[in-house]
Amino acid sequence: MELYDLWFVLIGVLWIGFFFLEGFDYGVGILLPFLGKGDKERRAIINTIGPVWDGNEVWMITAGGAIFAAFPHWYATLFSGFYLALVVILVSLILRGVAFEFRSKDDNPRWRSFWDWAIFGGSAIPALLWGVAFGNLVQGTPIDASMNFTGNFFDLLSPYTLICGLAGLMVFLLHGAIFLSLKTDGVIRTRAEGIAQQLVVLVIAAAAVLAAANYVYLDLFSKIGINPGLMPVASAAALLAVGYFVREKQYGWAFVLMGATILLSVATFFWFLYPNVMVSSTNDAYSLTVETARASDKTLELMTVVALVFVPIVLLYQGWTYWAFRKRITAESTLEY
Amino acid sequence: MDALDLAKLQFAVTTIYHFFFVPLTLGLSLLVAVLQTMWYRTDNPIYKQMVKFWGKLFLINFAMGVVTGIVQEFQFGMNWSEYSRFMGDIFGVPLAIEALLAFYLESTFIGVWLFGWDKLPKGIHLLSIWLVAIGSNISALWILIANSFMQQPVGYQSVIDANGVMTKVQMDNFGDVITNPNVMVQWPHVFASGITTAAFFVLGVSAWHLLRKTQQQDFFRRSANIATVYGMIGIVLVIMVGHSQAQHMVETQPMKMAAAEGLFETEDPASFSLLTVGDLDQREEVFAIRIPRLLSVLSYNKLDGEVRGINDLQAEYQQEYADRYGEDAEYRPPIAVIYWSFRAMVGAGFLMLGLAALSLFLIYRNQFTTTRRLLIVLPWAIFLPYIANSAGWIMTEMGRQPWIVFGLQRTEDAVSPNVSAEMVGLSLVIFTVLYGALMGVDAYLLVKFGRRGPVEETLDAA
Repeated sequence: MELYDLWFVLIGVLWIGFFFLEGFDYGVGILLPFLGKGDKERRAIINTIGPVWDGNEVWMITAGGAIFAAFPHWYATLFSGFYLALVVILVSLILRGVAFEFRSKDDNPRWRSFWDWAIFGGSAIPALLWGVAFGNLVQGTPIDASMNFTGNFFDLLSPYTLICGLAGLMVFLLHGAIFLSLKTDGVIRTRAEGIAQQLVVLVIAAAAVLAAANYVYLDLFSKIGINPGLMPVASAAALLAVGYFVREKQYGWAFVLMGATILLSVATFFWFLYPNVMVSSTNDAYSLTVETARASDKTLELMTVVALVFVPIVLLYQGWTYWAFRKRITAESTLEY
Repeated sequence: MDALDLAKLQFAVTTIYHFFFVPLTLGLSLLVAVLQTMWYRTDNPIYKQMVKFWGKLFLINFAMGVVTGIVQEFQFGMNWSEYSRFMGDIFGVPLAIEALLAFYLESTFIGVWLFGWDKLPKGIHLLSIWLVAIGSNISALWILIANSFMQQPVGYQSVIDANGVMTKVQMDNFGDVITNPNVMVQWPHVFASGITTAAFFVLGVSAWHLLRKTQQQDFFRRSANIATVYGMIGIVLVIMVGHSQAQHMVETQPMKMAAAEGLFETEDPASFSLLTVGDLDQREEVFAIRIPRLLSVLSYNKLDGEVRGINDLQAEYQQEYADRYGEDAEYRPPIAVIYWSFRAMVGAGFLMLGLAALSLFLIYRNQFTTTRRLLIVLPWAIFLPYIANSAGWIMTEMGRQPWIVFGLQRTEDAVSPNVSAEMVGLSLVIFTVLYGALMGVDAYLLVKFGRRGPVEETLDAA
């Protein structure tokens, strides 16, 4: 394995971290207006992710920075190509980020309602668009010989990529509902558990549609044959286990297996993609691969040392924060945001 | 306007806007950490009140810095894909390290600090604000390491294709990249300007309350005392380091200095411009008031020494880069903008020095709270560091033009070739409208909580 292969894996790890952590933040944000009846309950829901959402979002910033450093051409093609989609994501993230801080700083009900919906939209839109973006990476987009994306925003929306987006959105919703079942108490917990019960069937259905779509749209028969291998099967098994544990009301286990589902699905996705990083639908020869998009050996060596030292440290202190704020939250708790 | 102009404008708008919030974050995180340390050591409740009150304003500002920072990271790839391909091997590294070392730290511990009141042991809670302050300032260090490469490329090797054209640069010596002489003067300057921004913010808000004799006079008197000392340290450092920075610039980017001084012809000894009016073509001086020898003194700390002028540098660069860009290429930045932004920055800086010195003197004489005229001025002086910060970056970035990376790549060659003017224009409008609206909301909240004073916190404590 070359160093650039390792970096392909490491970037996969960063996205796994991001989708696992920010995934429940998105889910909580989307569920906020529906699960929280009245101001106090909504504040309580926001407070479940209050101490951690900002740290979780850094996984995306780091993944972006790591793509820039380890695969400059991937970064350049991706970000200039998916231009308007990224503008939409940025606007969503900006509104969502300030909404957490600003929401409870004024008593006017319209003010609070505005920021609650900003949290909803700022969570729902990226939750949908990340899936669309990843779908485009594997399905392929028009890319020319000089590695430039030649399509437009609407080229990014196809049946397959929308299925990816919706599947992602559903997974994040369930992830958020399970997280709330673990982090709240009283009426909010009851409602979150109820939603999780309903969602789990839909999510399994969405995953089945996605699996079928992979075969229909990605030409997987010729690439890997009818037997998809261990990883996607394990990911499906993990999701079914989530279903089982949600039904059994064992939300702790459901959360752990939700993590496994996300890990295995993103890993499957990167495995499908490899050795490409962006597939060209114009000409196979124009696809960006780990080898053509990569940075120099010196840069990769340096980045490897930095990542292997600091990612474990980050995991340690971020893990500690979840322990430090492990108490369940109700509308009667001392609330910040 | 074409896509290039719009992309430049978008970079200017989003960067200046982002940097409205960053310096206050840098300086105020440190000040709040110091105040909380004082509370931890003395148990005096007034320090807890200060941490709560100034900390609340800090958080409102912090959120804006965080969200506008994401745009910055995405923008290089979105609008400047050729730059990203050309420079990514070096430029991506500090950005990734910034995220790993600094963003995680500040973003994780800001949550710990905000939600950790009364939930965590006092020592751990204190540690968390220090980690936010350290994370923020380390983050600034890494972004300035990246920026310094654009000002003064070091530690790289060029990759030349079969036609002899430079296609990209690669990492050669990372040690050189992070010990770039430019960052050694740039980071201290930014760090100290963060301190200054925070000090004038606290001083201005405190003066507003002292003038109106609102409740909690003691709270704001003490806050003003602390801010004055903090601001004095900050502004003296800013000016001293700024001086070193200017001397460094004379060596490494003489065109930027010549433009900042409106110095069209080389002089030895060189004079300092009080007022220069150039012609519309930016080729010669029409009218000027100059102080003899002062520019040589500022540049070299001695009475003579050559400072090269715009026209000579232009001729020199035309020759030096002729094989790459032809003999008629333009190497002059927009001179009037650089000239006036330099003056705005330095002018605001010396005004702040004066105000800080005057405040310090009056505090020493015990007359600060009764000098009404100063208390009227100080809230307005909150704008001064913002003027200086913005003008400083305008000068730094526009003064480097036409280069995006000095001597290696021109801005016009760096723009994304596949992004149309309509797309950049649309996103520029979207960001401008959004940023404008959020500025209003942010200002509303800062004024609201600034005026209210530490009332709420007193009730909490009781």
